[in-house]
Amino acid sequence: MIYLDNSATTKPNAEVVQSFQQVTERFFANPSSIHQFGGEAEHLLVKARKQAAEILNVSQSEIVFTAGGTEGNNIAIKGIALEHQNRGKHIITTEIEHPSVFNACESLKKLGFDITYLPVDGNGAISLQELKKAIRKDTILISIMHVNNETGAIQPVEEIGEIAKKYPKLFFHVDDVQGLGKVPLNLKNSGIDLCTFSGHKIHGLKGTGILYVDHRTTLYPLFHGGEQEQGIRSGTENLAGAVSMVKALRLIKELEKTQADRLFQLKEYLRNEIELMEGIEINTPAQAAPHILNISVPGVKPEVIIHMLGEDEIFISTKSACSSKQKDESKILAACGFSKDRTTSALRISLSYDNTKVEIDQFLRALKTAIMKFNKVME
Amino acid sequence: MQYDHILIRYGEMALKGKNIKQFILRLQENIQQKIKEFPDAKVKRTQGRMFVLLNGHDPQPILEKLKKIFGIQSMSLAIKVENEVEAIKDAALYALNNGGNIHKFKVSVKRINKDFPVHSQEMNQILGGHLLINTKDITVDVHHPDLEIKVEIRLEATYITSSVIPGLGGLPVGTSGKTLLLLSGGIDSPVAGYLAMKRGVQIEAIHFHSPPFTSARAKQKVLDLAQQLTKYGKSIKVHIVPFTKLQQEIFREMPDGYAMTIMRRMMMRISEKVCKNESILSMTTGENLGQVASQTMDSMNTINEVTNYPIIRPLVTMDKSEIIEISKAIETYETSILPYEDCCTIFVPKSPKTKPKRDRTNAFEAKKDFSALIEEAVNGIETIKITERTEMESKFDDLL
Repeated sequence: MIYLDNSATTKPNAEVVQSFQQVTERFFANPSSIHQFGGEAEHLLVKARKQAAEILNVSQSEIVFTAGGTEGNNIAIKGIALEHQNRGKHIITTEIEHPSVFNACESLKKLGFDITYLPVDGNGAISLQELKKAIRKDTILISIMHVNNETGAIQPVEEIGEIAKKYPKLFFHVDDVQGLGKVPLNLKNSGIDLCTFSGHKIHGLKGTGILYVDHRTTLYPLFHGGEQEQGIRSGTENLAGAVSMVKALRLIKELEKTQADRLFQLKEYLRNEIELMEGIEINTPAQAAPHILNISVPGVKPEVIIHMLGEDEIFISTKSACSSKQKDESKILAACGFSKDRTTSALRISLSYDNTKVEIDQFLRALKTAIMKFNKVME
Repeated sequence: MQYDHILIRYGEMALKGKNIKQFILRLQENIQQKIKEFPDAKVKRTQGRMFVLLNGHDPQPILEKLKKIFGIQSMSLAIKVENEVEAIKDAALYALNNGGNIHKFKVSVKRINKDFPVHSQEMNQILGGHLLINTKDITVDVHHPDLEIKVEIRLEATYITSSVIPGLGGLPVGTSGKTLLLLSGGIDSPVAGYLAMKRGVQIEAIHFHSPPFTSARAKQKVLDLAQQLTKYGKSIKVHIVPFTKLQQEIFREMPDGYAMTIMRRMMMRISEKVCKNESILSMTTGENLGQVASQTMDSMNTINEVTNYPIIRPLVTMDKSEIIEISKAIETYETSILPYEDCCTIFVPKSPKTKPKRDRTNAFEAKKDFSALIEEAVNGIETIKITERTEMESKFDDLL
């Protein structure tokens, strides 16, 4: 099997799975129970939180364990909106966000919030000028993703953070689900108040994640209950999930340190080879994350390619898995200004640190064959 | 090109007279100990300076360790190059490019090696010019630079350093003897321990544990606090005193208003015995004038009567807010505020005397012989050695 759909999800690391299992079996006590067994579980939770804080270079109290990216984004966006609506009801985001951000914002529209969706250019990036222009007196939140899940385009979140710093009444949320472990992002003194991470995109498990919440930021909780996770996310702690998340985080950061260049070279190789192939357009901008390549084969139904590659046990995807239920074109590619024949024929190849050049070569051969076959059938 | 060593500057230690050697050796040992997880990094001394040779390690995590070692006034990342103009130019440019967000810089050349053909003034100009040509939007400002690039041309090589990173100051732990820290689990005592360590004192800790009134978690909390303190020094022995019987007896037999004072006196008596057994010459407490009932002048006078060992009270004149600030900076605060009962909160007299008197206290104590119970408590002490990594954590290591 050649797995090239790592932006949809990744293969859980065996060590991470082992940690999850061991914690589930050995430390099943409720960390909030006051007996010694509960104490051990709590101790482990504190250790996990500490390690996450050290890796992300933030404070322990700024780490909130969540059940993943969608939950993190919802807690951040709705939490800010509900808590600070007295200051204003305006939110700025972009046209290329993940559905968990886009739909969270849409839901707030029904509660009377005004949402500005910033457009992006052909490179998939927003303009800082337009962002500055969009900020109003009643703006309470800017929510902008770091790395786009379909194209790999990178938003200038560090510069946006500098802009956000100048507006003390405004919070800045970054969805870094796709960037974590691939594109470095500094949180400390960055102007970023909230940042979402997900476990299963970094070889962790589904249902795990971290939301970074700057210590000065207050949120209206979506779940009320036992006040776990600093009261932001009540519910008995998923200790095994939290531990596995932090382990996955440590492992991906080690890989990022030693293998980021290799991954980038691998993607560049893939990009250069595809550029040589006829009839294929590349949608990913030149400056992008090291693991995502979005291409279009105009005139060819992407589903057909996916199924043909699938016969060879090669797995890529059309657009993002979370958007694939909408049958039409890619909203994100449309926002980048691509023509309809490109937005309806897009394929996404997303790599992980596990992929090798041999796999890429095999994929390239299979892709060529698939397109050739398709054209023959259609002749 | 890469930073290849860290230059260490000592502060107050440099003022010490004949003892300086001892201070420096201790500092070197402490640093080596703290960075042993980086196997190739070595601490070296030459010509009155101390260096950490990185030998390929990433400097950042090592700097983080050094920032927690007492006796270091400041540090600088440095590059060692041959005494050649081109090599020095490259290194200076590297230092400038890695100096963070800067707009104005200054170059200062010291030519200690007088055989080096270019004079320091001329070298200043060569380097300044080289840096200006190869950077954008950066200018020279000799009066208010954002970054000063220091170049020292010595006999064996040239050293280039730039930003100065502040250290903790103080004296190397282990140069001022040992103290016994009364560690309760609250906010104050860990801060007191930290400040004692700052003056080069090594600490052992004593904790009074009253099971089942105080939980295993309250004990774990104290061990966690001690562990946090090990980051600033060496491993710490924690003496856990089984205090239940003695405490119950005090609260049963002694008048309510004096029970707290007498309990504190018992703690001092037990602590003094531990000091004697462990050859420790002083005790350290988190006492702070006027904070709570037991910390009035009268109370201190009465409690202090039972021992003539010096009691170090680093927090005695501080405001609570100052103490909290330090406790947050040394990352003991979040553990300290965990809401577990300790031996001081479980038996609380209804109306403790804020002005207990020595004579009255002695009269009450004379009515009952506590010596057997004190002996029993001392004999029952459990001593736990806390290192930067505990056994429990090693168990967690594989999981995380």
